[in-house]
Amino acid sequence: MIAGDLLALLVALPLLAAVVPLFLAPQSPRTARALTTLVLAGQVGLAAAVAWVAATDGPITYVVGGIPAAFGIGLFADRLTAAMVLLVALGGLGAFVADRSARDGPYLSLWLLLVAGLTGVVVTADVFNLYVFLEISGLAAYALVAHARGADAALAALKYLLVGTVGATLYLLGVGYAFVATGTLAMADLAPALAAAGHDSTLVVAAFGLMAVGLGVKLALFPLHAWKPDAYASAPPAVAAALAALGSTVAAYALLRVTYGVFTPAFFEAVPMVRTLLLAVAAVSVVAGGVLALREPDVRRLLAYSSVSQFGLVGLGIGLASPTALTGALLALVGHAVAKGGLFVSAGAIAREFGARTVGEYAGLARRSPAHGAAVAAMAVSLVGLPPTVGFAAKWYLALGAVEAGSWAVAAVVVLSTLLSLAYAGRLVERLYLGEGGSDPTRGPADPPTVATDGGRGDRWALAVVLVAAALVVALGLASTALADWFAPVVEGWL
Amino acid sequence: MTELPFALDGWFAHAAYALLVGIGLFVLVDDENLVKKVVGLNIFQTGVFLFFITSAYRVDGRAPLVVGEGPFVNPLPHVLILTAIVVGVSVTAVALTLVVRLYDEYGTLREDVIRELRAEARREVAAAEATEGSS
Repeated sequence: MIAGDLLALLVALPLLAAVVPLFLAPQSPRTARALTTLVLAGQVGLAAAVAWVAATDGPITYVVGGIPAAFGIGLFADRLTAAMVLLVALGGLGAFVADRSARDGPYLSLWLLLVAGLTGVVVTADVFNLYVFLEISGLAAYALVAHARGADAALAALKYLLVGTVGATLYLLGVGYAFVATGTLAMADLAPALAAAGHDSTLVVAAFGLMAVGLGVKLALFPLHAWKPDAYASAPPAVAAALAALGSTVAAYALLRVTYGVFTPAFFEAVPMVRTLLLAVAAVSVVAGGVLALREPDVRRLLAYSSVSQFGLVGLGIGLASPTALTGALLALVGHAVAKGGLFVSAGAIAREFGARTVGEYAGLARRSPAHGAAVAAMAVSLVGLPPTVGFAAKWYLALGAVEAGSWAVAAVVVLSTLLSLAYAGRLVERLYLGEGGSDPTRGPADPPTVATDGGRGDRWALAVVLVAAALVVALGLASTALADWFAPVVEGWL
Repeated sequence: MTELPFALDGWFAHAAYALLVGIGLFVLVDDENLVKKVVGLNIFQTGVFLFFITSAYRVDGRAPLVVGEGPFVNPLPHVLILTAIVVGVSVTAVALTLVVRLYDEYGTLREDVIRELRAEARREVAAAEATEGSS
């Protein structure tokens, strides 16, 4: 039972700890901050322990409060869950230490709530509980986006809130339809109950449609993506990094869980139309996200549009429903999270240090900060999908899966995505290395108030996080076969 | 078999839920007033909540207390929606806080006016940079 307790602690630790900084920070901001960092580090340790147990003893289940899963809430962790939990913990810690400018109580508490909510979405085995955690992480995210100074952030956060809540409520409506069809909410019981209710019944199809659209909003698939660039561009840099790395990633994980753990591939076979629609939306996202990124001068908005394109790729993998394509989708999910998180941390640090926010202002920055330049280049290469990065492995598996399934259109979209991302990421890297002058060295940081407090120390941390992310992107790329093997039991279990 | 009360009759309850969801979404998308957008969001959510509640109803069902004879209404959707209402209240609170902040900044609740003010501010910054560059 120790393993199950670990799983419960994974959610309980940040959730309960979130209360403390709110009250501690007014007395002692330094202690509150240190405590938050400690909790986030502890979360990484817990996640690693869960991953270890899931790898050695197989999937972990836990029933909260001893109430049977049909009425109560279950938690579940297999190898995929463990990997995601570890990703959330590392992303939460990495983005947090990278930016030391904000340190008031609410910010720290919200940060822990965000991590608790995201972890909850990943480990829950109950579709309604998933909604609650989705909203906990959502609320924390809205408030964190609004934490940046100025009215831009408030407007972006409000837009994010309105769209995000509609998405979550549509998901809830889908849960309602599934509940009416089956009378249960536990993922493990839903799978056979939905099959018994008939996968092609209107109720079940509506349930999937609503849940998928609801999660699609959180994934920011085109045309439900409009909240993303605004929110990421006006959020505090650390928040943008955490959300870019984890927010949509966790929603995509939830979509995978719902699709394969609850509705199962038999649903796709019963209603091929749903699969076609999913593939179409994902393909349009890939292309539209790429084209929008291509036209965007602001670096953070460019990166947000690139996410729209990347999550389209994940959607393609989900829609193809073959082991190879699903492995590709999972690699794309992990690779995008690491690369995009690192790129946003870097964008934040570069904005603080050089005041550069647009692609034009990035001109020649690699000469002034070679470490940032190299790291950004490595992560951009992963977005494009060139070896030896994890992005290459993801696209390779996806393209292979599409060819195996005989979906030439999907294979063409994957190749097209490489060309599009080569164009927008290449533009960024080209400016970075070959651009002349550009950013005026005398101009200094654009908004000094956000740096001030501890001079260069915060940016050394940011640089460290960026370098670790870049190293991870390459290391995961080199170890992509091992990563695929790690996911293999989960993927085989689904199909 | 007892007649269903009109308010919970199958088609009526579903028509009411669909209407509330539709009205809520329409107000949320169409209205320029930010407070009304939040109100629209609330109506939309309420529609979904009521859908859950109607799913719990059964003819002659009683409150599901352990004492007494059945049949009972299904308590599970009630519990779920209690949670969802709490979530909805929190969302509304955060949304209204943001609206207050926007009102402090722009002195208006209308999104189109805020958009215009922002566009104007951007133009002024661009003009200031242009004169700075030429001087």
